[in-house]
Formats: sequence, structure tokens, C-alpha cells
Amino acid sequence: MSAEFLAPGLLTSVQDGGRHGSRALGVRLGGAADTYSLRIANLLVGNDPGAAALEITLNGPTLRLQRAATIALCGATIDAHADGIALPGWRPIALPAGCTLTFGTCRRGARAYLAFDGGIDVPVVLGSRSTDLRGGFGGHEGRCLRAGDLLALGASTVPVTATAAPRIASWWIDAGSDLDFADSIAVRVLPGSDAMQPVDALHMQDYAIDAASDRQGLRLRGTALQLADAHERISEPVVPGTVQLPPDGQPIVLLADAQTVGGYPRIGHVIAADLPRLAQRRAGQHLRFIPIDQAEAQRANAAQQTRLARIAVAILDRQRRSLL
Amino acid sequence: MSACRIEFLGDAALLLRFGDGIDATVNRHVHACAAALRVQAPGWLVDITPAYACLALHIDVVRIGGDDALAATRAWLDQWLERTRFDASDANSRTVEIPVVYGGEYGPDLVAVATRAGITHEEAIARHTAGNYTVAMLGFAPGFPYLLGLDASLAMPRIDTPRTRVAAGSVGIGGAQTGIYPQAGPGGWRLIGRTPLRLFDAGRDPPSLLQAGDRVRFVAIDAATFDAMDERAR
Repeated sequence: MSAEFLAPGLLTSVQDGGRHGSRALGVRLGGAADTYSLRIANLLVGNDPGAAALEITLNGPTLRLQRAATIALCGATIDAHADGIALPGWRPIALPAGCTLTFGTCRRGARAYLAFDGGIDVPVVLGSRSTDLRGGFGGHEGRCLRAGDLLALGASTVPVTATAAPRIASWWIDAGSDLDFADSIAVRVLPGSDAMQPVDALHMQDYAIDAASDRQGLRLRGTALQLADAHERISEPVVPGTVQLPPDGQPIVLLADAQTVGGYPRIGHVIAADLPRLAQRRAGQHLRFIPIDQAEAQRANAAQQTRLARIAVAILDRQRRSLL
Repeated sequence: MSACRIEFLGDAALLLRFGDGIDATVNRHVHACAAALRVQAPGWLVDITPAYACLALHIDVVRIGGDDALAATRAWLDQWLERTRFDASDANSRTVEIPVVYGGEYGPDLVAVATRAGITHEEAIARHTAGNYTVAMLGFAPGFPYLLGLDASLAMPRIDTPRTRVAAGSVGIGGAQTGIYPQAGPGGWRLIGRTPLRLFDAGRDPPSLLQAGDRVRFVAIDAATFDAMDERAR
């Protein structure tokens, strides 16, 4: 059973928890740019948290469901309707077969995640269902969705209550402080291997997000930074969150589609707990960096995992009591 | 083993550093260490990125748990490095031959590379095919090999404005390195030729034609042979 795409949206792709284990071949991690929202969307429909879902960017698709489904929509706040009925985010919604889902634009944030019970049934390539858009493999035929595509959905894992019209749960999950859609936000950053001149130059200004940003990285615009030691570097490993400094002095913060190695100096690393907030930045919005040390970063990540675990327990409790 | 330093790479990865430059011995240590870690396969190790002089260990900090998972991992690594001996010899590495059409539309920068070296383009081809290359790492794009062993006279800086489209299979020179573009896409290296072989196919096992540590030799072919061998045309 499939979802039929009537309109694709700006950039809609299949993404999961990422492709681990092939970086030695030059294969990037990929996966959802905002894994926090992906995980909650999956939990809400009874899936494994890292299951494949749709990542919708800025402007969403229109699709018709060929089977009844429980869906959840997390991440960016986006206009969404099922057969004309407005759909709220962060809760399970039961939809009948034949229902048409229409998405408009993201009101807050840049990326929304649409999870289906049973997940998305695309082939596992190198251990993941994620679309590697540059490599042209994984996901749905190695590319973003187009009008006319039939996207295979997995077999439903939760009993879908027979319903003639959309049924929306009366409870929802509060995303809390792990996401922040304000115009200007702060993210916490660890030092990189390359120091700047002056050393704290990265932390002293407000950066604007450039329109050339994508899943690979956020391109920042501010007062150009200078390195204490500007000699050419050899290519070394980089990770999502790495802050690179190209010769023009304008930093790039790498996201999920970070390449495996890079030759630009690494002047910092945004902590893992703040990557979801980075992934929700839009062109024209702003960003500040706050220095943090390794022990604080580990505590921040552990605290986010604890919040996610609590959310998972709360969702399971409602599912057990069959509260839709 | 040679001296190794442990550095942080953000909050979910560690960097094991064997050196700072491009050096064949250092690079062999990197890959020997990566191989030993793959055998050891601790459960928290989700991936490894070997590079020229260091390798990144990607760590499942959630699985380790606690308030400072990275410090615990680092302590384990210190002990593991203490008691582990790596086989950094290259005695068992295989040799892969890469057929290449040099020059013309296949290698638009061959003339510029030859001119810079003060040699004919035939001599530039002879020097490129005479080289014994080693795959130092795969990176930048899936299956893209960074090769050590380029004749110093052929070294040439990258072009100022990268091309928006480089054909799949293009053989390029970027500074003192030579490499092959597995997929069509943007690129800034000087293009001297093109191979009909498919360097990366996610659906193939193994997906990458080349592995780190492989020895590579380039063999000059003509355009008719290229067409007959073209793996992408099938």
C-alpha cells in the first residue's frame, strides 16, 4: 500500500536515523536533519524512533493515502489538512484510506517530519532507508519525491481504528526547549582544533543564516573571522555540528549531510543536543554561539535523552490505554 | 606502533591522531588501527572515518550512558592502544588497474598540466601512468579515492572557480594529490582524463571499487576502448 504524491513540495525526502557504518567509503551519515522531531513523530505512531519518515522542507507535498494510517507531524509548524480538516502537530491522527493530505508552508521552523505507522517501505541501502541526495541512492529511488510517485508504506503495526473521517488525539507532546523557533537563538559550541584570532571571535557576534544553506550545512554571514594560523590543512574527518571556516572567513555549520572529511579549518563543534534547533533555522534568521566545555556538553546530551525517554514512556502509556 | 594522540571531535566522536601531514607510513598506521578496531568492534563504536593522518571514532554516547561517556571511552582507548600492536605493513595490499582516456574532452586540463610542467602532453600521460599510487582514504563523495604517489612535476593547484559539473569517472589533480570523481557533480580539480569504470554503486557488494590501502595503476586507453568498457552506459 502506498502514498500517491499529487504534488511534491519544495524538497520532500525519505529520512531515518542515519546511515552508520560506511563512512570509511566516503558515505555520509545523512538521515533526518532534526532527529529529535523524527524520533517523537515515530514514537507517536508506534514505530521504532529511528524508522523512516518523510522530511518536508519549508513547503509541503500533497499526497493521497491508499491505506488507512496513523500519522504524526512533528518539527516545524506547518499548515496541514486531511480532506479539508486542519491537522495539529505532535499527536497521533487516524486517517481513513483514500484521504488526501495537503501541506502548505512552514509557519515556524524549516523541516517537518511526517511519520506513518509501519514506516516507509523503501529498500535498506548500506544499512539505512535514508535518501543520500548527492550520492543518488537510498530512500525513494535515491532522490526527493516528485508528483506521480507511489511511495510504499510499511505494513501497519498498530490496529488502525476503522474511521470514516480523520480522528485527532486530544493529547499532544510539548516539544519543550529542545526546539526553538525564535528569530535569534543561541547554540552551544565546543572548541575545534583550529583557534581564531582573537580566540573568542566566534562567540562575539550574531550571525545571519544565508539562503545557500541546505542539508549539508548552514552558511553563516557575519564579520569575517581570521585564523591564528592560516596555513593550508589536509582533509580530516568532520561531523554534523562541525563549524568550518572557509577562506572567506564566513563559517559553515555542518548538518546531517556533512561530508565525511573536509579540508577547511574546524573552529568549533555545535553540541549534539543543539543540532535539532540548528536544523530548524531558516534563511534570514539569526544564530549566536555560546562556548561550553565537554562535561557540560555531555550533561546537556544526557538530559535531552532523559527527556526523550520520558516522552516515550508517556506515549506508550496512552497507547496502552488506547487513547488515540 | 607510532605515537598516537587522542583528541575530541565534538561531543560524539574522538580523533586518534598519528601525524599531521600526508605521509605513507602514517597513513598505513591509520588504516591498521581502523582494521584492529573493526575486529575489536566495541558495541559503542558506530562508525570509523579513516583519513590521511588520523581516524575519527563515532561513538554511541547514549549506549554508554552516564554524564561523561566520552571520558569513559577515552580511558578505554588509552588502555586498548597500550596493549594493541598494529600490522602497518602493506605486504597484502592488492593492485587495481584503472583504464583512462587522457586529454581531449575526457581530460580538458591535460594540456594546462603539461604546459605548467614544461613537458609534452604525451610525457604528462607517461608520468601519470608510471606512478605507483596508494589509496590514502575514501572521502568527499562516496567512493572518491585520495591517491598518494603523484609525480611531483604534475602537481597543480585547483582551479579558482570550481566547475559546476564534472563527468563521472573524471581523473583529476588537486595540488599534490590525484583522485577520481565517482559521480557527476561540481569539482575543482584539474581534469586530465576519464575512466569507464564505475567507482561506486550503493547496490553492489562491495559498493566501492577501491578500498583504503589498495595500490592503483593507471593504464592509458583510447576512446573506442572506453566506449566498449563504459560501465555507466549499460
